[in-house]
Amino acid sequence: MSVPSSRVLRALLKSRSGFAGSVLVGVLVLSALVSLVWTPYDPTLARPQDSWLLPLSGGHVLGTDRLGRDELSQLLTGARSTLRTALLAAAIAAVVGLALALAAVLVPRWIGAAVVQFTDVLIAFPVLLIAMILTAVYGGSTWTAVTAIGVGAGVNVARVARAEAGRVLGTDYVLAAHAAGSGTWRTVRRHVLPNIAPTLIVQLSLVLSVAVLAEAALSYLGFGTPPPAVSWGRMLHEQQSYITARPLLVIWPGLAVVCSVLGFNLLGDGLREAADARLRVRELQEVPGA
Amino acid sequence: MTLYVLRRAGLLVVSLFAASVLIFLVLRLLPGDVAQTIGGIKATPTQVAAVRHDLGLDRPLTAQYGSWIGGVVTGDFGRSVLDGTSVSGQLAEKFAVTGPLAVGAVLLALGFAVPLGVLAAVRRDSRLGGAVNALGQLGIALPTLWVGLLLVVVFAVQVRWLPAQGFPVDGWDEPGRALRSLVLPWLTLALSEGAVLLRFVRSAVLDVLHQDWLRTARAKGHTRTSALLRHGLRNAAVPVVSVLGLQIAALVAGAVVVEQVFVLPGVGQMLITDVGNRDLDKVQGEILLLTGAVLVIGFVVDLVHRLIDPKLRSAV
Repeated sequence: MSVPSSRVLRALLKSRSGFAGSVLVGVLVLSALVSLVWTPYDPTLARPQDSWLLPLSGGHVLGTDRLGRDELSQLLTGARSTLRTALLAAAIAAVVGLALALAAVLVPRWIGAAVVQFTDVLIAFPVLLIAMILTAVYGGSTWTAVTAIGVGAGVNVARVARAEAGRVLGTDYVLAAHAAGSGTWRTVRRHVLPNIAPTLIVQLSLVLSVAVLAEAALSYLGFGTPPPAVSWGRMLHEQQSYITARPLLVIWPGLAVVCSVLGFNLLGDGLREAADARLRVRELQEVPGA
Repeated sequence: MTLYVLRRAGLLVVSLFAASVLIFLVLRLLPGDVAQTIGGIKATPTQVAAVRHDLGLDRPLTAQYGSWIGGVVTGDFGRSVLDGTSVSGQLAEKFAVTGPLAVGAVLLALGFAVPLGVLAAVRRDSRLGGAVNALGQLGIALPTLWVGLLLVVVFAVQVRWLPAQGFPVDGWDEPGRALRSLVLPWLTLALSEGAVLLRFVRSAVLDVLHQDWLRTARAKGHTRTSALLRHGLRNAAVPVVSVLGLQIAALVAGAVVVEQVFVLPGVGQMLITDVGNRDLDKVQGEILLLTGAVLVIGFVVDLVHRLIDPKLRSAV
């Protein structure tokens, strides 16, 4: 198992989009990690005497905002909530997606059809609306955002995973496994999950990019992690009123979001290519043996 | 075709019902207590019980659902427990902003996504095609709200051609001002919707370009362009239309964000305000209205899809 995964990694870094995606995601992860131990200034500390400093003045690389908070420190710290939300949402999406997909293909047909129908109804709910329902009930918080994004993206993962799982269940080797006495769960564990994993991983990298966008939108609307936590979406919201005076301050957080989204998207593209390459390599290896 | 329409309509009704039950259950079962929120922190248990009774929250769930959905069917989408305003009362006024915003944005998005997508596919090996494709890729990564802010920086702050935000108080009685205040929101929403469409148009056209029947059309004397126009685009439109259906949910979410960025008094802003106030009765109606819109538009798109797909049509 370790050989193919290192091969996938090499294929990933060799593809142009995979490399660019890895770099961008690497920067995001690194910013989040660095901000845990060091930021140039305290990102939430208001220093009125330093307000509205321009970039590269007074020791502030990207300048300061209305309250004199250092822009770069806020950006680094914001990477944390972006990454946390994206990872947690992707985890929920994986669970929701897999559960709905397996439920649809493994149970008796009429229940499966109902699950499919239910999934399709859920797809009609935009992530933002799910987040708003939860916010209306509980108030905005990290977990309302994470749950909304995870469930909203999870139903889309379910649709793709269902098709893949259905395909795998129809293959001869699954039939053979059944004939050899393999039970449903054993078949799922040994055959279905490993075979839908490549598709699932690509889907989840796309969920990460959707989650970054959704997190930014939610915290912009005030439905995300409440202050004092720093988030890029709220930085955009706070700066909007002063856009005339300091347009640069709305540029940075937006750029950070774009780079992260682009990073996860490109990583997904690269993973897809790498997974295809791995399949090709395996086929080539199998030919001489056969 | 009639059978298909009937079956699909039946599915729509079932979906609407499921969505309404889901919204109802999430909003009624999850909250700690609406009555507690209304009564305030200092309310005694008796006061809370009285509020619960007034709101009908002490009745069985099925009865509560029944009276809610009964109201919805007759056009009553809920009333504020805070200030007595009703969703239906405000809807016409709010929709006069959101409707034109959404429709205009979709038309604009199609207007640039289709030609650019075809261009990117036909010229896929040239630098131009590559550039268009890269732009689409970048467009997908741009947060709608940031696009809005950037457009404000350029068109409202730097060159001052257009208003940065707001909508005339008299609405469409001042058509000139109303239109001007919608230009930037249209552009914002169209750019983020269009970028996704562009990619699908590109891959749909790429698919078509490799078909045998297109080569046959060329062999019969059509030029590349006329073959693509007469046969190719009709077929490429089929997957694009179904993507358009899937995009409706994204469009609704985008409209909510854009209304907030540009301070437009539309349905989205009403929802944001009510969510902020935790005005659950109105939120419930508004969410049903928006998801209902997504489902109904999806239904229409499916029918169009069926109509334009030559393969499906001949089977009818």
